[in-house]
Amino acid sequence: MSREFGELILDLQNVSLAFGGVKALTDISFDVREHEIRAIIGPNGAGKSSMLNVINGVYRPQQGEIILRGQHFTRMNPYKAACAGISRTFQNIALFKGMSVIDNLMTGRNLKIRSNLLQQAFWWGPARREELAHRARVEEVIDFLEIQHIRKTPVGRLPYGLQKRVDLGRALAMEPSILLLDEPMAGMNVEEKQDMCRFILDVNDQFGTTIVLIEHDMGVVMDISDRVVVLDYGRKIGDGVPDAVRTNPEVISAYLGASH
Amino acid sequence: MLYRENGQFKTSYAADQQIFAIAQDRWAILAIIVFALVGVPLLVDEYLFRAILIPFLILSLAALGVNILVGYCGQITLGAGAFMAVGAYAAYNFHIRIDGLPLLVSFLLGGCTAAAVGIVFGIPSLRVRGLYLAVATLAAQFFTDWVFLRVPWFTNNASSGSVSVANLQILSWRIETPVDKYLLCLTILVVFALLAKNMTRCAIGRQWMAIRDMDVAAEVIGIRPLFAKLSAFAVSSFFVGTAGALWGFVHLASWEPAAFSVDRSFQLLFMVIIGGLGSIMGSFFGAAFIVILPIALNQFLPAIGSVFGVSISTAGVSHAELIIFGALIIFFLIKEPHGIARMWSTGKEKLRLWPFPH
Repeated sequence: MSREFGELILDLQNVSLAFGGVKALTDISFDVREHEIRAIIGPNGAGKSSMLNVINGVYRPQQGEIILRGQHFTRMNPYKAACAGISRTFQNIALFKGMSVIDNLMTGRNLKIRSNLLQQAFWWGPARREELAHRARVEEVIDFLEIQHIRKTPVGRLPYGLQKRVDLGRALAMEPSILLLDEPMAGMNVEEKQDMCRFILDVNDQFGTTIVLIEHDMGVVMDISDRVVVLDYGRKIGDGVPDAVRTNPEVISAYLGASH
Repeated sequence: MLYRENGQFKTSYAADQQIFAIAQDRWAILAIIVFALVGVPLLVDEYLFRAILIPFLILSLAALGVNILVGYCGQITLGAGAFMAVGAYAAYNFHIRIDGLPLLVSFLLGGCTAAAVGIVFGIPSLRVRGLYLAVATLAAQFFTDWVFLRVPWFTNNASSGSVSVANLQILSWRIETPVDKYLLCLTILVVFALLAKNMTRCAIGRQWMAIRDMDVAAEVIGIRPLFAKLSAFAVSSFFVGTAGALWGFVHLASWEPAAFSVDRSFQLLFMVIIGGLGSIMGSFFGAAFIVILPIALNQFLPAIGSVFGVSISTAGVSHAELIIFGALIIFFLIKEPHGIARMWSTGKEKLRLWPFPH
């Protein structure tokens, strides 16, 4: 399978992040090309989630730069990242538990809402029209993820696998150009994993979304990703196509283990 | 059997997004509003208006405001009484200092002033949350108590410290009888409830709820906590301030700062907790529970006592009232921590299937 990649879309240069004396990331550089699926792997505590948090501005690195489509950011914040088209899912699902599935996905449309508070209070023309238009877009996401039957259920009542899917849906509702997925398949059974893989590949394929993915299931990672970064104790120990990473001796000793 | 939505198919998102999506609900709410506007004034005597209906309507409005902040945006406040006071005194000052200013405009300006003060006292919410925020909002309470007691300008240099208004009039409608007052409060409440419902089902309401449920995720999605929290404080204080203006002008007619003490703040907070956090309907249930129940107990206890051949003294009645009221609050909170509104919606769910179990 040959895949076409575009320009460099996201480039991290010499990023270091520390919490007091604990060094979470040390001098890490890697890049992401448009339309590719880029995986980040590594043992627990390697700094994978911190990496995603740096990319979308939840954490501020002490050193290093993030270059997004040629634009330099030394101080990213979540709002800027969202405006720049980065959306993400969370490792331990961070859905809005008291709201229905539809409302959760509708919050993903928040940045595209133009009507003001007064218009919304009076359900005035623009606010109403906008609400309907965004609802239609959200329904497309619902169809895509095959969650029509639960659209009005409060997410707190859903089983784990479906919550993960709604979490992905909320990120998709933002129509992101870069999608960060933090362990989208953790805790899932084989069928749910297969579904999730299908959704990730379809998103990448149909919408051309660039995907940065953290995952522990090596079968999945090696199968669907185009390039893989390996972290260990906050350092980068490997980077390249899955086959190259699989045979890298440093990666094998730190994470993959020798095959018996 | 009557409460069925069989055959009510939604063919557009507009139909699906109505406030009352089920036809029976629409008819019921219309019937209730018509009854409240036409039927109640014909049936009810003056005492009931003064003692129950008018306080119920005004406190419902205030509870609605508190629910926006506490129930929808998740910011606990103990300053509701203060914002009521700001609304009342600001409306009073607009009313007496600007000649010929329409009464409704005074009320709304009172609400706007309360909104501005609400934003100022909402600033700590950007840093602290939960119980700590509740304590921070208490500052508003003590501050307004002090200001309206000590700064004579706000009370127009009244020597007694209390202010009074008379001859309320909207266009040519003179608001004198309790029925007039009731209709004024009812109209304002219906309009404000509609506004609140619209906001909570729109983008701004989703921002508030997102901040309440998971603030980190909300930020990542592009919701600015500053705007979401302060707008909740502003809208909430606007509602509460308008309710305060009504409480002063329409219910009390003459008042002093003690009318808006910290007791009132607690009362409003209890209303939304018992009624149901994050529910417009819950605000009404909570206000009804706290306003009507004590009076109802007061009226019915002697009657119940006489059935069993016990005569209860007046003091005994007022003690028993407190005991039963407290017990009922505990019972409700254990039985349904999400408030009466949740009981109501569970009941409706069951009714949809009745008489079948599934």
